Amino acid sequence: MATAEMTGAEIVLKALQDQGVEHVFGYPGGAVLPIYDEIFQQEKVEHILVRHEQGATHAAEGYARSTGKCGVVLVTSGPGATNAVTGLTDALMDSIPMVCITGQVPTHLIGNDAFQECDTVGITRPCTKHNYLVKDVNDLARILHEAFYVATHGRPGPVVVDIPKDVQFAKGRYVGPKNIEHKTYRPRVKPEQDAIRAAVELIASAKRPILYTGGGVINSGVTASKLLRDFAAMTGIPVTSTLMGLGAYPASGKNWLGMLGMHGMYEANMAMHDCDVMINVGARFDDRITGRLNAFSPNSRKIHIDIDPSSINKTVRVDIPIVADVAHALEDMIRLWKSKSLSLDKKAMDQWWKQIEAWKARDCLRYKKNPDVIMPQYAIERLYALTKDRDTYITTEVGQHQMWAAQFYRFDEPNRWMTSGGLGTMGYGLPAAVGVQQAHPKSLVIDIAGDASVLMTMQEMSTAIQYELPIKIFILNNQYMGMVRQWQQLLHGNRLSHSYTEALPDFVKLAEAYGCVGIRATKPSELDAAIKEMIDTPRPVLFDCRVANLTNCFPMIPSGKAHNEMLMGEDVPDEEVGSAIDAKGKMLV
Amino acid sequence: MNAQLQPSGSAYFIDTAKPLVETHALAVIVDNEPGVLARVIGLFSGRGYNIDSLTVSETQHEKHVSRITIVTSGTPGVIEQIKNQLERLVPVHSVADLTVSGNSITRELAMVKVAGTGEKRVEALRLAEAFRARVIDASTASFIFEITGKTDKVEQFITLMVPLGLVEVARTGVAGITRGAEGMKV
Repeated sequence: MATAEMTGAEIVLKALQDQGVEHVFGYPGGAVLPIYDEIFQQEKVEHILVRHEQGATHAAEGYARSTGKCGVVLVTSGPGATNAVTGLTDALMDSIPMVCITGQVPTHLIGNDAFQECDTVGITRPCTKHNYLVKDVNDLARILHEAFYVATHGRPGPVVVDIPKDVQFAKGRYVGPKNIEHKTYRPRVKPEQDAIRAAVELIASAKRPILYTGGGVINSGVTASKLLRDFAAMTGIPVTSTLMGLGAYPASGKNWLGMLGMHGMYEANMAMHDCDVMINVGARFDDRITGRLNAFSPNSRKIHIDIDPSSINKTVRVDIPIVADVAHALEDMIRLWKSKSLSLDKKAMDQWWKQIEAWKARDCLRYKKNPDVIMPQYAIERLYALTKDRDTYITTEVGQHQMWAAQFYRFDEPNRWMTSGGLGTMGYGLPAAVGVQQAHPKSLVIDIAGDASVLMTMQEMSTAIQYELPIKIFILNNQYMGMVRQWQQLLHGNRLSHSYTEALPDFVKLAEAYGCVGIRATKPSELDAAIKEMIDTPRPVLFDCRVANLTNCFPMIPSGKAHNEMLMGEDVPDEEVGSAIDAKGKMLV
Repeated sequence: MNAQLQPSGSAYFIDTAKPLVETHALAVIVDNEPGVLARVIGLFSGRGYNIDSLTVSETQHEKHVSRITIVTSGTPGVIEQIKNQLERLVPVHSVADLTVSGNSITRELAMVKVAGTGEKRVEALRLAEAFRARVIDASTASFIFEITGKTDKVEQFITLMVPLGLVEVARTGVAGITRGAEGMKV
């Protein structure tokens, strides 16, 4: 390894190159200028200039989630760092690997309330997996490599490296990434064989088993998705997934029940409630999944595969915890299943599937079509029909459109679905699409958006134009913060407090102002042609899809209810929406 | 600071039954790097866990390793979560539950300042002897006692000093270690 002295800024770029980083999303400022100067003088690492630091973090998230690589962000001190906080928190909640380099005021000014100073490591401590303040340039290379190691090993997450400006100028030794691991951080990836044995035996004895899969399968890598498919195929166990896990098991697969949870499928939630063995693969019993905890799957024995020991027994007690990487655990389970030539009770499984088919027959996503107004569900159905045979990536914002996308868009491959699940960040989808498109320049990247969410990070359209990233922003425009309004209707006596956006921009003109293409569809009859036009446009498109304003998102597990107490769309005609949830339920979140 | 009232972390779940709250002493071995204590304390405040007592000091200077002893209270489930969450912190080497392992010793030290004259002063000194507290400072009108022991012994001594002219108390908080030849993983 070269031991020649380099400046801190040179070390940063050398470390990024040695880590194989090709793209960095960032925004310059006073405290990172030495690093930007180095970026200018090299060509291996491409920098994508965003319009707001939050955009950089979400773009890095989209980049990371669609490639399986680590996303990299570079921002300045003070406001640069604080603007990145939302994206860091989002990445922490959804376990996205990210390294965020922040500039800091020179060491001697730290603590002096200097210009653009903030306590970056203090502010980001609870919203990162780990963070560092580099005080000595000779630690810089090791810390950067360590940051990549921590971000990508174990349960992935964001890591902040705060580098004071004088450290960027100072000269020090560079060390390469070889043999760099954290001195104590050693996440467990291989499962205990006793637990695997117990799990396999329990599954073999099941009469009504279910696979409940989550984002951990995606994070574990493509192999994990393949193993999940193998395991489902060889056992015939029905599969449901969380919002974050969509695509790990194909929506076209034989065992697929659809998403579960608050706006999940009736059959998936009913099967979760009535199962006798639940196999949680890389999910974390989130409150949007479980509904009322003391009524959650009351008669099942539970197996939980998670790489993070703190996820186990956090909210739901499980019978067989398996602390491991999903791929390793599934591999061992499959090997044991095969070597013991196990199979499930055929008669019981037939009966279980018959029951599931009966639930499926409720057709929980049914909605009334309208010849004059585009129903939002219809818009997603058509978008899916017209894009499914292409190489498509979908991102979303947060709200009703996100749930409709999860319900009506069908994912057959992992890493194709980028959404803000844990934190629920409105404004995630547009910058995430920028990141995804940067990673997959030839693919079709669509942000399914809402009219309110998209305005939160609209400025990133400018980034898309600058880097010729032909992202498609498909706005389900109902002029409301739809999910907020839905809750106000259900829980707050239909008093629509500030959930109506009175002064929306003309999205078509806005598109033109940014230099991209604006398309509007207002009638179902013109939707297909407009979507095709969007797909065929080789430039960024802002698609203003005017949908039925007052449609609500069903089915739904209301607050305080269990999986088998779902509200179906047909149960809640618009005029009765205010009395659909009882007073006790209204008290809960 | 109401960890015992929120056993689930779910917004849906309001448990009316009062679960059993236990007090545990945890020993945590950490890298002595900047911010490590803030990380540990931030974990407790951020997740609503209790801290009854906390002590920290570097125990292996050449390796920059510190030992933190935390006394915390919560339901068995919460205590389990606290251990798992602590182990998840990157600079944490290992966590041991001294209460569960049972075979462990906990001690704390207190300096107790008592002011008074006459019979009260004599009585304070007598009690100090009974508790094996040492006099580490004296004036004609005051004593400072140094007392070491388990928390309840220290508590009891302080309570007894109240009517005898207790002025102030400085306590170190609890330090703990397991008995026998085995040490903690560093």
